[in-house]
Amino acid sequence: MSADLIFGGFLAVFALGVAAYVVMARDLFAVIVGFVAYGLLLSLAWMVLSAPDVAMTEAALGSGVMGALLFGACAKLRRTEAEEGPRLMGKCAAALLCVGITVALVAVVITLPETAPTLAPESQASLGATGLGNAVTAVLMVFRALDTMLEKVVLLIALVAVWSLAPNRVWGGHPVYELPREKNGPLIFLARCIIPVGLVAGVYLFWVGADDPGSAFAGGAILSAMALLALLAGVRSAPAVSNFWLRFSLVVGVAVFLVIGLVGLASGSGFLTYPEGLAKPVIVVIEVAMTLSIGVTMAMLVAGPPARSSRS
Amino acid sequence: MITILGISAACLVGIGLYGLIVHPHPLRKLLAFNVAGNGIFLLFGVVARRGAAAGMGGDPVPQALVITGIVVAFSATALGIAILLRYFAETGSVSLKDEKKSDW
Repeated sequence: MSADLIFGGFLAVFALGVAAYVVMARDLFAVIVGFVAYGLLLSLAWMVLSAPDVAMTEAALGSGVMGALLFGACAKLRRTEAEEGPRLMGKCAAALLCVGITVALVAVVITLPETAPTLAPESQASLGATGLGNAVTAVLMVFRALDTMLEKVVLLIALVAVWSLAPNRVWGGHPVYELPREKNGPLIFLARCIIPVGLVAGVYLFWVGADDPGSAFAGGAILSAMALLALLAGVRSAPAVSNFWLRFSLVVGVAVFLVIGLVGLASGSGFLTYPEGLAKPVIVVIEVAMTLSIGVTMAMLVAGPPARSSRS
Repeated sequence: MITILGISAACLVGIGLYGLIVHPHPLRKLLAFNVAGNGIFLLFGVVARRGAAAGMGGDPVPQALVITGIVVAFSATALGIAILLRYFAETGSVSLKDEKKSDW
């Protein structure tokens, strides 16, 4: 227990220190490196909180794919420097406000009720009917399936919004997420070594998610990281955003979810109610489609709006 | 132990909020906003951990919500960055300053 305490204490101090660095440091590049490290520390904190599923999602997405996104932006914005921030008075006022909010939150944490409200017993009781062993996956795919489906829709809307930022002349063209050819020899080598392993790891994470920690989100995030590595190294170039198969893989997750939901509605048991005894296979089908959609959507979100016309 | 993480989560919210307010650079604002968001997720995780019961290490419902939260935060950040890059491509600057208003 005391070793736990020491580890937790170190983790807390470390994470706070890196977070402060992310907020305070001057150089944009250094800040982003700090943010990636901070994401990894957070995923350790999630392990301490007995939430391995969240830890994996945080490591793969909040730290990994987010890092790819931020470095891409940094490469374009590094030379920019915004004007002066608020003067000392403004900074003091902001600090005072933030300290106040922190103190209020700390007070809430300290005075949380002795017996916490929980849905764990209910989840445990209904877990058997789903055929799943991982309660978090059961919540995502069964008990709160509607949330998960709508969240896929949010991802799609975000992607449509990103694409709509393309200038008219490249509309329907290819996003560009590549390094200059001559500089990336080692990267091509890395891509060829890592991508096969990463693809297996991503599929594995989604597959074990039924019974063990892992989920379509963590698996999809790893798949998208592999896709981005392929783009970055120039092993493949990004498909045009008007490409049929690209669009198909983007919507297949939501589409399968919707079809199965409507079948449930038509058979009289209700929207997104799975047929008894068949819950597990149905969930696996949805998760396959979802993992593909999540992976492709995230990769395309990082790759950004089209930047090259499909005709040139 | 759990309380320590809860307190650090509260501090993360404060740190992130401070960065969001004082940084003039939009990308720094986005990062700071993510730090604050992570603090809120972690706070939720502390609540989930305290709800450990029935042989589970924590309440799975908040944990699942945090997973969807992380994904949504990522997509919102990606959209923010895309808008920022387009703004930069159009104007050659990342300044958010309103020319008509005076600084305070």
